[in-house]
Amino acid sequence: MPGSVTWVLASDVLIHARGLAKRFGSAEAVAGIDFDLHRGEAFGFLGPNGAGKSSTMRMIGCVSPPSGGKLSILGMDPVADGPAIRARLGVVPQEDTLDVELTVRENLLIYGRYFGLPRQMIAERTARLLEFVQLADRADDQVEPLSGGMKRRLTIARSLINEPEILLLDEPTTGLDPQARHAVWDRLYRLKQQGVTLVLTTHYMDEAEQLCDRLAVMDRGRFAAEGSPRELIKRYATPEVLELRFDPAEHEQAAEKIAGLPAERLEVLADRLLLYTGDGDAALLAVRELGLEPLTSLVRRSTLEDVFLRLTGRQLED
Amino acid sequence: MIWSFAGRGFRYWLTNYRRTWRGSIYSSLLSPVLYLGAMGLGLGKLIDAHGTARLGGVGYLAFLAPGLLAAAAMQAGIEESTYPVLGSVKWRRTYYAAAASPLRPSDIFHGHLMFTVMRLAMNSVIFLAVMAAFGAIASPWALAALPAAVLTGLAFAAPIEAWAITVTKDTSFALVFRFGMIPLFLFSGTFFPVSQLPSWIRPLAYVTPLWHGVALCRSLSLGDASLGGALVHVGYLAALAVLSIAVGNRTYRRRLCV
Repeated sequence: MPGSVTWVLASDVLIHARGLAKRFGSAEAVAGIDFDLHRGEAFGFLGPNGAGKSSTMRMIGCVSPPSGGKLSILGMDPVADGPAIRARLGVVPQEDTLDVELTVRENLLIYGRYFGLPRQMIAERTARLLEFVQLADRADDQVEPLSGGMKRRLTIARSLINEPEILLLDEPTTGLDPQARHAVWDRLYRLKQQGVTLVLTTHYMDEAEQLCDRLAVMDRGRFAAEGSPRELIKRYATPEVLELRFDPAEHEQAAEKIAGLPAERLEVLADRLLLYTGDGDAALLAVRELGLEPLTSLVRRSTLEDVFLRLTGRQLED
Repeated sequence: MIWSFAGRGFRYWLTNYRRTWRGSIYSSLLSPVLYLGAMGLGLGKLIDAHGTARLGGVGYLAFLAPGLLAAAAMQAGIEESTYPVLGSVKWRRTYYAAAASPLRPSDIFHGHLMFTVMRLAMNSVIFLAVMAAFGAIASPWALAALPAAVLTGLAFAAPIEAWAITVTKDTSFALVFRFGMIPLFLFSGTFFPVSQLPSWIRPLAYVTPLWHGVALCRSLSLGDASLGGALVHVGYLAALAVLSIAVGNRTYRRRLCV
């Protein structure tokens, strides 16, 4: 019933998953997750390697049949309607799958053809997309010698050749240097502004914070928490964190003493102590009043890294 | 113009081939010239001097050439279905790019087989032209040896490709070349009639696809094909290809859709 509220809501959900699971033999990569992805939002799966992010992405990309649960993409069944769904998806895989022996332009031509687009349309979109990812001047160069960042941007351009309704990005900036990473983020941010629906996986909290409207923190195949980056930080961390580094010889002793302070929570890491508190400077004063002098101290705002630590007891990046 | 999904995969290989087609034409021209020159003319002169009754009364060049046509098709079929497949799934990973598009794993498989058939046809046309130039063709039926050679190549390409997609290391291919391709090349009636083999080993030759391809191509080139014999050869090779395509549909899906 077009126009009615229920219709609008139903059509707004592009991906619907309930109890979604993926098993490889006896190993459970995804252990029953529920989520709904809405049109126009940027949704992220944040978690360490092996958390089940890529398996989830491959199921959404219709290149991996679910082992259990329910998954519907664009209102269709990924197993029965794979080609029809994939025709409306854009995919940026974790590892580049560009044909490095062909030119930049030829890579887009081939990909456009996979989608059955007419040559003229591919040529027009190629010009526009290469401009967008700042590779227009390399259009007729072979892909092989391009830098990692350029290859990633080309992969993004390629994924947009069919003007996808959902763009899937599996660790879009893993392995890139900071400058190349920022260039990729900048492009993705623009896509987001243009209203493209993004689904991405990452183990970089800054990437998740910058790009995602909503996040699922994933650990061992399950969702540990879900919400906007701001909500998650508010819910699972304190406004400020005091990071303390002591002489390794005093590390444990200091941890014991500081545990007695009236902070919300203390995390004892191998090399640092993290004191979660509303007021970092006040906490530092309190530490000094105990007669402890850290080698270094840092008061900072809480991040998703802290959320992850709280939820899983482990660090995201190692 | 609407292309089928497999046709889209085929066009990828075509685009890729644009960079290397010249070199490939030279080598498919050079190889029959060298073989027919050295073995057909050179060795053939010695053999013909001893009488050719056991070759069926034809000169060695005319006997050898269609055998080599079939053997070259086998070789091209195996080459096209080994490294290019592993490269696409392991090194360049371009199969994964295609799998993320509307193409299904079977489309990717069939697209590559279409390209293989095209390459086999090109090679075989060139081979037949060289045969004609050497005067090694005895009958206009030799034209039918073109599809026969292509079918022979496909009867190797399809099963090997269905298997190659499951391979993780290219060392497996060396085994295929050493213990498959080379013995077949030497003992399937290409260079001498299988009747010259010890009787206990002959049945083994008759079940190899290359023997069927050689026998088919030879009977057509010499113009002494019988309908029954040709149907058996075609039926055997076609059955092998069709069965392998069915297997390949599964192995491709297992590798690309996990």
